[in-house]
Amino acid sequence: MFLQLIVMGLATGCLYALIALAMVIIYKTSEILNFSQGELAMVGAYIAFLLLDTLGLPFAVALPLTFLLSMALGALCELLFLQPARERARVIPLILLWAFTFFVLYLAGFVEPGVPVSLAVIVLVFAVWMTAETFSKRPLRKPTLLGLIIITLGLEMVLYGGAGGIWGAGQERLPSPVSDTAGFEVGQVYLSGLDLITFGGSVLIMLLLFLFFRYTRLGVAMKATAQNPLAARLMGIRPARIYSFTWALAALVGAFAGLLTASAQPLDNNLMMEPLLKGFAAAVLGGMHSLAGAVLGGCLLGVIESLVAGYLPDGTQYKSTVAFMIIILVLCIRPSGLLGRHFVKKV
Amino acid sequence: MDLQKSYKEDIRLFKKPSALVAFLVFLVGLIVFPFLMLKVSGGSYYINAVNLIAIYAIVAVGLNILVGYTGQISLGHAGFFAIGAYAQALLVARGDVPMLVALIVAGLIAAVFGLLLGLPALRLEGPYLAIATLGFGMAVCQIIGRLDFLGGRMGFSVPPPGLSGWVKAWLAHLYSPELAVDAPQYAMYLLIIPVSVILTIAAVNLMKSKVGRAFVAIRDSEVAAETIGVNLTRYKTTAFAVSAFYTGIAGGLYAHHMAFINPESFDLRLSILFLAMVVVGGLGSVLGSHLGALLITLLMFSLTAVRDVPEIIFGAIMILIILFEPLGLRGRWLKIKFYWKAWPF
Repeated sequence: MFLQLIVMGLATGCLYALIALAMVIIYKTSEILNFSQGELAMVGAYIAFLLLDTLGLPFAVALPLTFLLSMALGALCELLFLQPARERARVIPLILLWAFTFFVLYLAGFVEPGVPVSLAVIVLVFAVWMTAETFSKRPLRKPTLLGLIIITLGLEMVLYGGAGGIWGAGQERLPSPVSDTAGFEVGQVYLSGLDLITFGGSVLIMLLLFLFFRYTRLGVAMKATAQNPLAARLMGIRPARIYSFTWALAALVGAFAGLLTASAQPLDNNLMMEPLLKGFAAAVLGGMHSLAGAVLGGCLLGVIESLVAGYLPDGTQYKSTVAFMIIILVLCIRPSGLLGRHFVKKV
Repeated sequence: MDLQKSYKEDIRLFKKPSALVAFLVFLVGLIVFPFLMLKVSGGSYYINAVNLIAIYAIVAVGLNILVGYTGQISLGHAGFFAIGAYAQALLVARGDVPMLVALIVAGLIAAVFGLLLGLPALRLEGPYLAIATLGFGMAVCQIIGRLDFLGGRMGFSVPPPGLSGWVKAWLAHLYSPELAVDAPQYAMYLLIIPVSVILTIAAVNLMKSKVGRAFVAIRDSEVAAETIGVNLTRYKTTAFAVSAFYTGIAGGLYAHHMAFINPESFDLRLSILFLAMVVVGGLGSVLGSHLGALLITLLMFSLTAVRDVPEIIFGAIMILIILFEPLGLRGRWLKIKFYWKAWPF
């Protein structure tokens, strides 16, 4: 019983750890909490569904293609939404603004029942006004860090609504080569095929990430940017490009988590709501600055939840609450997470 | 912008006579509004919308005190909102406490929880604080959902605001009698708007006091604030308590407004919505909080028709406002104001 609970907890914990890793990768380099990470993973699962089910591609083709497309999506999100805010760009925001304006106008004019016409008019006026102002060449103000985080929240909503609009509200079933029930017994512990894939895949990804940050030029450049963007720039690294790469990398890790989740659960646009929160909590538990901490936090969180659900009466309902209470207690003792170092600020 | 000649001038509520006039005009507008709505068909719908805007504006002002003025993030304000709502419901429905007294008690109970949450928050910052507050918000919902005397998952019915005799008579005298009895929205309007106005003025004044300046000092630099003698422990917990007090009162009003509350409606989405109001409206500004609450509540009201579209438009508007106006709606308002002030130059 106990061992079985631990193994089940570790399997869920690996999922949390993957999401936590994805969030930590972005947080380490740019200090942005990426709330859209879960939805990026959910869209990744939908891409896999599209390739496997709708287009009927074989696994060997569909899987790498899913990862590539997810990476592209992650990088695109960064390039379209965060980069313009950070670099005070003028053109991309205007393109986004007009795309949105035409979308609202279309909804107001051609869809029944759609958006109120008054809202469409307000959006149009706003678009014209902002366009005029952009061309009058006044300097744009830089958003704060909280502003950038709000952008990722907005992105989360857009992806959530967009996935619902494209694939509908119905629940789909991702065709999966491994079963989440059929498996074998090792001693007293029952392992399903999916559990094995989860463990194997997660360990592989963690190992690859470790090697990537240790031995590749790009990985070292990412670490350099995380430590000091200005110094990195002086060494010939473009931080803006590095940020896009971190988003692509995070989207890759997230897409793997999305695929694993969708193999066990029906696929709809609420798929990654809970894993995102847990992944975020796991990252904080381990320390937002530490990749190893994210893995540790994820596994711990999974095991705690599994044990609470197994041993406490009504534990399945309380498991999230108990887990969060434990995290708050841990944070009271170690404010920067288990493996995080507390940075002393120079004044 | 203008030259201040004395401290008294700096802390005046209305910097200029024109500001006072604008405020008075706004007040008169608030008083006249229900009378106009009586003449319009479906007027109670608009009254309802204004009530909700005012409730959310109180929350946004409270959250802005914490996020915009003191620089502490919170993803758990739906928890305080829920505490206020349930405290109010319990006091009025089970305890027969007068409504206004209950409202203040509900705010104070939320403030006590705010104080408690403020204690771990002393050592945390950034994402760590976000997770701690998020955990608090989730725990409140879960625990309320398990408590049978609060109705559990089934929810809790809240009586409509009880009117004392003279208000009822006055309403019946002013409006057609059947409307005064049948339209609880109008009665709610009479309750919500004064509370909201008083709390807003209180917030503006608080921010001009010693306490408000201490909050701003903590936001700008904790070390510098501590060096000049700001007691971090006291003022950080105070900020949490004040913020929770506002949110709790708004929660109490919300309980009456909805007439029925259940734990599911106070989830993380609501906390995020509150944060979005504050940032979209403008950080560190009471006016901005009102504008943010206005915009987001109006969007919620106008985007109920189509599935999935509300999320897209909501998210896109949040992104575009940050891209084009990082200071939020308040920044836009300031730009318009300065443009006309300097006109024709």
